[in-house]
Amino acid sequence: MNKLLPHMKKYTAFAILCPILMILEVLADVAIPYLMSKIVDIGIANRDIDYVIKIGVIMVLASILGMVFGILSAYAGARAGFGFASEIRLETFKKVQSFSFANLDNFTVSSLITRLTNDCNTIGQVTMMSLRMAIRAPFMMIFALIMSFTINASLARVFMVSIPLTAAIIALVLTKARPLFMKLQTRVDRVNAIIKENLTAIGVVKSFNRQKHEEFRFKERNDSLRDTALKAISIIIFVMPVLNLIIYGTIIAVLWFGGQQVVLGTMGSGELISFVTYITQVMMSLMMISMFFMQLLRGIASKDRILEVWNTDSEIKEIEQPITEIKNGSISFDNVSFKYPGSKEYTLKNINFEVNSGEIIGIIGSTGSSKSTLVQLIPRLYDTTEGKVKVSGIDVKEYDIEGLRDHVAFVLQKNTLFSGTIRENMQWGNEGASDDLIINALKQAQAWEFVSKYEDGLDHIVEQGGSNFSGGQRQRLTIARALMKNPNIIVLDDSTSAVDMTTDARIQQAFRDLGDVTTIIIAQRISSIQHADRILVMHEGEIESSGSHETLLEISPIYREIYESQEKGVIGE
Amino acid sequence: MSNQKQKLQLRPTNPKETLIRLFSYFKFNKSLFFGGILFIILASIAEIGTNSMLSPIIDTLVGNHDKSLFIKYILIMVALVIIVALSQYIGNLSMARLAQRTIHKIREDMFSHMEKLPIPYFDRHPHGELMSTFTNDVDMLNQSLEQSVSQVIISFVTVVGTFIMMLYISPLLTGIVVLMLGVMLFSVKFIGQRSAKNFRNQQSQLADMNGYIEEMMTGQKVVKVFNYEDRAIDDFKNKNEELRKASTNAATFGVMLMPIMGNLSYILYGLVAMVGAYFVIQGSISVGNIAAFLQFTRSVSRPITMVSNQLNTLFAALAGAERIFKILDEDEEIDEGDVELVSDCTGKNGLCWRVPRDNGEYEEIPLNGDITFENVDFGYVPGQRILKNINLYAKPGQKIAFVGSTGAGKTTITNLINRFYEINEGTIYYDGIDIRRIKKYDLRSTMSIVLQDVHLFEGTVAENIRYGRLDATDEEVKEAAKLANAHYFIKHLPQGYDTILTTDGGNLSQGERQLLSIARAAVANPTILILDEATSSVDTRTEKLISEGMDKLMNGRTTFVIAHRLSTVRDSNAIMVLEKGEIIERGDHEVLMEQKGRYFALNTGVIELE
Repeated sequence: MNKLLPHMKKYTAFAILCPILMILEVLADVAIPYLMSKIVDIGIANRDIDYVIKIGVIMVLASILGMVFGILSAYAGARAGFGFASEIRLETFKKVQSFSFANLDNFTVSSLITRLTNDCNTIGQVTMMSLRMAIRAPFMMIFALIMSFTINASLARVFMVSIPLTAAIIALVLTKARPLFMKLQTRVDRVNAIIKENLTAIGVVKSFNRQKHEEFRFKERNDSLRDTALKAISIIIFVMPVLNLIIYGTIIAVLWFGGQQVVLGTMGSGELISFVTYITQVMMSLMMISMFFMQLLRGIASKDRILEVWNTDSEIKEIEQPITEIKNGSISFDNVSFKYPGSKEYTLKNINFEVNSGEIIGIIGSTGSSKSTLVQLIPRLYDTTEGKVKVSGIDVKEYDIEGLRDHVAFVLQKNTLFSGTIRENMQWGNEGASDDLIINALKQAQAWEFVSKYEDGLDHIVEQGGSNFSGGQRQRLTIARALMKNPNIIVLDDSTSAVDMTTDARIQQAFRDLGDVTTIIIAQRISSIQHADRILVMHEGEIESSGSHETLLEISPIYREIYESQEKGVIGE
Repeated sequence: MSNQKQKLQLRPTNPKETLIRLFSYFKFNKSLFFGGILFIILASIAEIGTNSMLSPIIDTLVGNHDKSLFIKYILIMVALVIIVALSQYIGNLSMARLAQRTIHKIREDMFSHMEKLPIPYFDRHPHGELMSTFTNDVDMLNQSLEQSVSQVIISFVTVVGTFIMMLYISPLLTGIVVLMLGVMLFSVKFIGQRSAKNFRNQQSQLADMNGYIEEMMTGQKVVKVFNYEDRAIDDFKNKNEELRKASTNAATFGVMLMPIMGNLSYILYGLVAMVGAYFVIQGSISVGNIAAFLQFTRSVSRPITMVSNQLNTLFAALAGAERIFKILDEDEEIDEGDVELVSDCTGKNGLCWRVPRDNGEYEEIPLNGDITFENVDFGYVPGQRILKNINLYAKPGQKIAFVGSTGAGKTTITNLINRFYEINEGTIYYDGIDIRRIKKYDLRSTMSIVLQDVHLFEGTVAENIRYGRLDATDEEVKEAAKLANAHYFIKHLPQGYDTILTTDGGNLSQGERQLLSIARAAVANPTILILDEATSSVDTRTEKLISEGMDKLMNGRTTFVIAHRLSTVRDSNAIMVLEKGEIIERGDHEVLMEQKGRYFALNTGVIELE
């Protein structure tokens, strides 16, 4: 909690106000039974109607005050709790923004989403609950106890039996139930898993006539869920009757012992009645405390998950005085080796090559030959394990990271368009760029031919993930977006696989026309790189050979194998 | 922005009907239901009795000091408390059992119904939506059944019983209680409405935020590449602030009810004490009466707070139940087929179609794998034709390839053969029999599909292959894996054929999953094979293994291929080039190349398929 707590700062006033108001409310609540005992023992005993009315009005006023404090406390608690949650959420989001690729590889997308949504909300809820319940219940209990002891200390000793008894029973049930509820969660997960499986694979189930088989599998899991749930609930159900037994048991004890004192005249009957109310208040507070602990467990789990994000630091750091100017697009790899953090084996081994500014380089190789890893070292998406990557003759680690990435336009293999308009998506590459610039980039990427056909042109809506475009269109849009940066170096990681060969050729011509811009193209199709100035053939993390298309056909068996398998050809998509 | 997701219904549209239907589920557990209710009522009455005992006990203490009477009353109270605890335990346990059994049955019904729904249903309803009904709605209903039903009963009995007792003790004091309860109900309604409004607002802000986060997290690597971090943070800040305000308001109103109701009950407590004292002095009631009344004020106001707290949950649960029943009411896949597959005869694999004749006799037609499309029209939505006037035939053992852009209708044609979809016009014949006359189970048991998107199931590798035919022996499974070129990689898995696959085979590569799905189809030994060939994203060597595996699988079976590779197409018996739902070119490779039409253009890479 120590790490999260400083983010409460903006809402400190509310966080302090909430419990104070709550204590005031509790004070009012505790005073009421005491006032009532005065009515009975003084007002009725002396037949003093004025006194009865006076005390009665005070009681009503106290309750109204309590209500006002209570409402204000609710507001302060909500402000503090959800203000805190929103600060935490913002901090977490910022942290994720600072993540390197390696960090992102460590978290699944869905786990990051859960942390930013559910976990942050839980923290808000639990904070609010803590500020209210964690204050209310103990104070209520303490005040009510003080009142009881003041009224009649010898009678109040019944609490010394009933409080520990209740606490013990609640603790016992919680420890018994916890493992069962955890088991229950895994049962729920198993049922959900098979439902999800069947939803996504319903076609397979039906085409193999496996409906009955699946129903049978489901039944087994559903049955075990029911059985576990029943076991867990049977324990929880135990709590209420036993607590009632204790509460009423205490009341009866108080009536029994207190009754004798009333008869002897050492205790007022009003005091006895108020005692009954205090018993209820004390016991209800105990229950509230136990509920609070259950909530807290939930909050702790969320806190741990969020801290996991916070405690992850990007290993890619800028040097003290980074170089901001990048002169040209030349690249060199000096004895570069790389392994992913935590991995034992090297993904790239001893890579050496140089690219002149303005050259067009093709890279080809089977999946798992680490083509993508290689190019991701250029804009420092990962840092090399050994050796140096240089851009414009200077180690990439010496550059200002933002400047470096501005100069290297990178079209990722798994690329995403964002919901919004085409214009908004294009402006990712160049904030506030004019329509002319955008249209120019779209033309270079051969995307203008379909964008210009839209009635709303650049205002055409892009659905989340670009799902309203075909694969080829999406790829052309992401290429255009990268071109918007006006970079020195462009890297295309398998970015034209869904584009037809003619358009592909035109895009490559456009790259050539860019002039002094270095272009690196990773492709599966030989035709996409055939005309590059130089082609690197990757095999199991090493450069197997390099050269022009013609040379490679002669010297590289791997290149030849790929070429021959593609001679047979792919007819599309 | 397109983040405007469909709003989740939080209120039931027809609560009465939904409730009645829900109650019909209890009829399987009548004794639990009535027994449970009986004990809950008993507990509530006993509790009222316990509280009422305060009155005579206090009065004996204040009044005549009759010790034996005092002991008698205390003993009665002890007995009542024991009854409260016991019947509460039995009652709650019965209700919890009832809830679990009901939910269990509902889940089972939903699942088996889902298995029977026709494929088009799954196209119309996003998986996320169905999944949410299966999980969230069922969960919500479970909670409500477990708690709300008994709570509503307890509340009702307590309120009514307490009122009777109060009226019996003092009608005038009861009047004050009624007045305050009116104030309470009004507050509940007033706050409740605002709370519900704010809650809805919060839910929609939350949905908006979730959508945004989902999109950004999915594209996080793109954000890095474009130095977009700061702009993303700015956008996020705005949304975060909106959400903060909405949540604060929702929580304030949600929590506010607690101090309001709690303190209103204290006001009532004070009023009862004050007015009661006045009556005691007047002599119309006793001190013991006040004591009992004070306990009553607590037990009357608690049910109101409880029920009002539960009301939103209860409505949401009913709305969820409506969604559940809506799924259960969807029409199942219909099967009016009267033609069955019978074994021990002269057809392929010793199977024959048994076709009933009008005169009550049967004709047996050997299974061959002959498919004919006659003037077939089809559209997913009425009025929108996806396939127009399709005519084609496949003789037993022939290979037919479909070529064309996405959306041209290639996959649709194959989905008609196994009757995932029903055609609008025309007829499809299987061995000369209209496929609509064939029982779906038997029809599909003669076919296997290998799709691009491979779906594997949680379980071992062997179990996944055996999915094709449940009674296949280990030997047959291995044979099928060998045929599919999958044996080699399976052998190198940590536990070989017994390696457990996670849901959808996440621990296998794309190519390996493809090989497994071929093995799965092979073990089924189908007469007709439908293949959707994989595209790139697989390395050259694995692709070679896959295409070899597919070639071996096709051998001797009637095969429909959604083709991507030239080699497959080239040796097909016929190639259908589809465009916008029509066959625009047909013939074998040589014929089509000579025509120099669309197929020729595709082959030479002049056009892009979209």
